[in-house]
Amino acid sequence: MSEKGQWAIETNGLTKAFGDQKAVHGISLAVPRGSVFGFLGPNGSGKTTTIRMLLGLAEATDGEIKLLDHQIPKELQVALPKVGALVEGPAFYPYMSGRNNLIRIDSADRFSDPSTRKARVDAALERVGLSNAAKKKVHAYSLGMKQRLGLANALLKPRELLVLDEPTNGLDPQGTREVRNLIRSLAAEGITIFLSSHLLTEIEQLCDHVAVMSAGKILAQGSLAELRSHGQTRLILRVDKIDEAVDILKTQGIGKIKFSKENMIAPVAEDIDVAKINEVLVKKKIKVSEIRLEHPSLEEYFVDLTGEGFEVVR
Amino acid sequence: MFAKSLSLSLMASELRVMFTRRRTWAMLFAIAMIPILLAIAVYLSSDRLAPGEGPPFLDRVTQNGLFTGFTAMLLALPLFLPLTISVVAGDTIAGEAGLGTLRYLLIAPVNRARLLVVKYLGTLVFALAGTFTLMAAGAMIGAILFPVGPVTLLSGDVIQIPEALGRMALVALYTTISMMGMLALGLFISTLTTIPVGAMTGVLIASGVSQILDNLPQLSWLHEWLFTHYWLDFADILRQPMELSSFGDNLLLQLGYVAVFGSLAYGRFTTKDILS
Repeated sequence: MSEKGQWAIETNGLTKAFGDQKAVHGISLAVPRGSVFGFLGPNGSGKTTTIRMLLGLAEATDGEIKLLDHQIPKELQVALPKVGALVEGPAFYPYMSGRNNLIRIDSADRFSDPSTRKARVDAALERVGLSNAAKKKVHAYSLGMKQRLGLANALLKPRELLVLDEPTNGLDPQGTREVRNLIRSLAAEGITIFLSSHLLTEIEQLCDHVAVMSAGKILAQGSLAELRSHGQTRLILRVDKIDEAVDILKTQGIGKIKFSKENMIAPVAEDIDVAKINEVLVKKKIKVSEIRLEHPSLEEYFVDLTGEGFEVVR
Repeated sequence: MFAKSLSLSLMASELRVMFTRRRTWAMLFAIAMIPILLAIAVYLSSDRLAPGEGPPFLDRVTQNGLFTGFTAMLLALPLFLPLTISVVAGDTIAGEAGLGTLRYLLIAPVNRARLLVVKYLGTLVFALAGTFTLMAAGAMIGAILFPVGPVTLLSGDVIQIPEALGRMALVALYTTISMMGMLALGLFISTLTTIPVGAMTGVLIASGVSQILDNLPQLSWLHEWLFTHYWLDFADILRQPMELSSFGDNLLLQLGYVAVFGSLAYGRFTTKDILS
């Protein structure tokens, strides 16, 4: 096998048009191998359509896709066995047991080994905590259990890439935690994870890279640290003698102070020494009841990018 | 390696899925009930039926139970058998699309053309199971309720019981071949929609329209091109020597339908965006 490239997923000018509307409009993704890549965007922004194109379910109107260094759709059959995916919710035959559903899908993959099939299916069920419900028919499953079964399906074989579309949808808080832990442990094994979500907290907790999509376009892309640095770090301060404090802060190079209730808020450099400022204030007999740094949240940045409310924009 | 290239795993899995469904068994059960109800009805009113009255062969059932299957086949062919066939054929792709399992099969991955072939063969197995179920149920109930003996054919010749059973199997086989065109049509219609009931209805309507057209003498030029045209000609198997020309014509016509609608299904399905 040839040398593995830097990117697990690489797209160039990827476009999907439905009639006049461009659901995906010339996006260029670069998902580093080994990363946990968050694909964030409001509902209807084109995330699932993009995933469908990545997996060869839908044909791109324009642009190029490389999945694990294979051209898509040309080399789809070579690339897909190395990819596990959960696309737009789990889907199973309701009249078959969870276990038989997995056996069915694994049988469909002619690259998978029939002699290890049952062992692999059981291991996948074990991994998502479904062993006890393996023999139940899927129509008796709760949404959360179906979601887990969908994850088990993605884990039937050792994968190089997992594409997970809203993997915690429909899960209770406990299930959400478990799935997040599962994703972390998979990432620790070196599997690249491409995680789409409309939940910022999920992306922030799990991912090291992120792309923000809205209305079919990618608005920002990079490591989480890079995107965070777009925001402004702020100093939050509450003191008894405000006017004096303002003057002292000026001597420390902090201006543009705003006031919010009793708090003073000032934009500062990210690496400012808060303890030192506190010391200066206290030496001048100013009582400091609160002093802290507020780091820029991704949320603000994303709201800047996508507009308020994450609503359906079209 | 062989299993790999022929994708036997997928074929076996397809059959397992089909025969796990209660619906499949319910339909086979209903098919088996046709000869059974027929035999019971005839049994309860046997002395009131004059020769030649009712559907063809019906009067013979009382003389020889082995005719039950043939008679039931005649009754089932216009509507009931096509109904079950359209359920299975219409469900092939549309059913998977409706459930959403189609996307998981395709990213498993399954090559789309391979999936079509496997789906088609699966429906063919169902047709075979259906026709054999009907003939077998007919033979059994006939043997229970009526005397069984050497069978007098339409040509007047008499054949022994083992050969009669062989002819029954041939009739089942003939009917399965008769369904090949309709199954291919169903496969094609099934690639057009994600709503299985829509596809099933479409196939059933097609079989109805085809049978109506086949009954309009004004359209006689069209008749030999209709996929239902040779359906009832299985009676030729009940002559001595066997009349095989309709068998051949039927096979050719059905293969033609398979080629046309198979290609259409392939063209449609391999380029289709799976958005369900």
